[in-house]
Amino acid sequence: MSSSPPDRRPVAPLLQAAPLALVLLLFFVFPLLATAVVSLWNYTEYSLVPDVTQRNYVEMFEGCSNMGEGLCTTFRTYLSTLRLCAMVWAFTTLFGFAISYFLAFHVRSDTMRMVLFLVCTAPFLTSNVIRMISWLPLLGREGVVNQFLVGTGLVDQPQDWLLFSDFSVVLAFVHLYTLFVTVPVFNSMMRIDRRLLEAAQDAGASGWQTLWHVVIPLTKPGLVIGSIFVIVLVMGDFVTIGVMGGQQIASIGKVIQVQMSYLQFPAAAAQAVVLLGLVLLVIAVMTRLIDIRREL
Amino acid sequence: MDEDRRPLSFWLLGAFFLLFVVFLYGPTLTILVLSFQGPEGGLTFPLRGVSTHWYELLWRGSGVIDIWASFRRSLWLGLVVMVLTTVISLLAGYAFRRRFPGQGLLFNLTIASLIVPSIVVSLGIALEFRLLDDGVKAFAEEHGVEWLNEGYTTAMGLFTSGLGAHLTWTLPFGLLIMFAVFNRFPNDLEEAARDLGASPWQVFRHVVLPLVAPSLVGVALFGFTLSWDEIARTSQAIGDANTLPLELQGLTSTVTTPEIYALGTVVTGVSVLVIALAFLGVSVAKRRAAKRVLG
Repeated sequence: MSSSPPDRRPVAPLLQAAPLALVLLLFFVFPLLATAVVSLWNYTEYSLVPDVTQRNYVEMFEGCSNMGEGLCTTFRTYLSTLRLCAMVWAFTTLFGFAISYFLAFHVRSDTMRMVLFLVCTAPFLTSNVIRMISWLPLLGREGVVNQFLVGTGLVDQPQDWLLFSDFSVVLAFVHLYTLFVTVPVFNSMMRIDRRLLEAAQDAGASGWQTLWHVVIPLTKPGLVIGSIFVIVLVMGDFVTIGVMGGQQIASIGKVIQVQMSYLQFPAAAAQAVVLLGLVLLVIAVMTRLIDIRREL
Repeated sequence: MDEDRRPLSFWLLGAFFLLFVVFLYGPTLTILVLSFQGPEGGLTFPLRGVSTHWYELLWRGSGVIDIWASFRRSLWLGLVVMVLTTVISLLAGYAFRRRFPGQGLLFNLTIASLIVPSIVVSLGIALEFRLLDDGVKAFAEEHGVEWLNEGYTTAMGLFTSGLGAHLTWTLPFGLLIMFAVFNRFPNDLEEAARDLGASPWQVFRHVVLPLVAPSLVGVALFGFTLSWDEIARTSQAIGDANTLPLELQGLTSTVTTPEIYALGTVVTGVSVLVIALAFLGVSVAKRRAAKRVLG
């Protein structure tokens, strides 16, 4: 014990953590501060004007108090994004849960489980855009699905709703993000003591009862972490919605991107602040349900 | 025998799992096949012959797409991100084994960096650099710094704002992996080394590093592949020199030949190659570690 009391050199861990802290400070904390500050600035066509104005926020919610004439643009955008969020969340959670359940409770050999787990997760390391492009030859007017549908006589003519629609956007999201649910849920399931399941069975619980009263409550942390990932990824998205929606579907991320391209930085910053606030609210509510640090 | 009989749920979930794997890989395999489309062929089936025509166009850069400049940029950026992610995550992960002031804050910041929407981070970095540029220009004007006045346009670029944007995305993954590794790390080995009189550096170099080396390959893999495919955080924060995924995103709406499938297959091929190399690296590192223990 005498060779190196842990408290004698508190400098070492500080130095070791310094590079991480520095990167986060320069490229995460400062940028967020810059965003908050610039959201209060004024702007002209050419330049930013340092100021403290509510202009950007006021313009963002223009006409929103007047519900009589239908929803304002901002509310409509948020609603459409939240709708996508809900659909994607429902499917990814269901799929992710089913896959994790199969891997954790039905596959018996550890090696097989690991191999199948990697099969499910490896695509995460390949390009999202390419994985989106891969749907084009399947879903297009002349695509494989339409060829099949027309060929078998299920429909009279090629269907247009398959591509550049809500359908293709949700499909692509589910394709890309199910593993964000699978990984944490699988992690939670692997920690469940198998004897609990046997105990439930011995006590006369049916399969569904075991699932509902034992497995799901114990998997809750994984489900919450997965949900946070999916909801946040969809809420801030503009790439998937852009490519798979044929640049036709509105989203908050897209609004920010468009304002940036018109060099309306303060307006984009205000949008970003509101989006960030909403995301943090979602996370705060969801993490009330669990303690994330215990999951590592 | 009876005990070995699988319940109905096994078959149902197994079938679902199989369908999901097809769903996961089917589209990618489709464009792999279509990338060998004959010269007359279009964006979808039927195949009109089989050829490497589109790959040749891509290789010569004489088709619609000239991507090799951005290809090289992404490759270099990916390698730099990989090295930095590995080193910084290892150091930080090691630091978290002991108490230090600001520990909780740093952990929360790292998780926040993962969770805050990418478009917000990207926009923030763009604004930060914009403010920096304005500051530099104002300074140059005020003090009459000739060379700054003439030559300076922006500090934004591949290895400044671009690199930073990528690190905010790769470092959280790196740190989480290191957490998982060090949580399962046997403390007594370090203690034994210390009791035998090893200096902190010797403990790190001869005990800790060999044991975590296989996991570092995993961190490096994440560092490279996440950077290689990154779009959202890069989008606003890169300046003029596009990375490959950004270029690709632009091409989705303009290219109408199978050349884009050839390009897609090449990009995926790079990812697959890197994953394979990582697996090879892990098994080599593990074998070495085993030899060390046994020998």
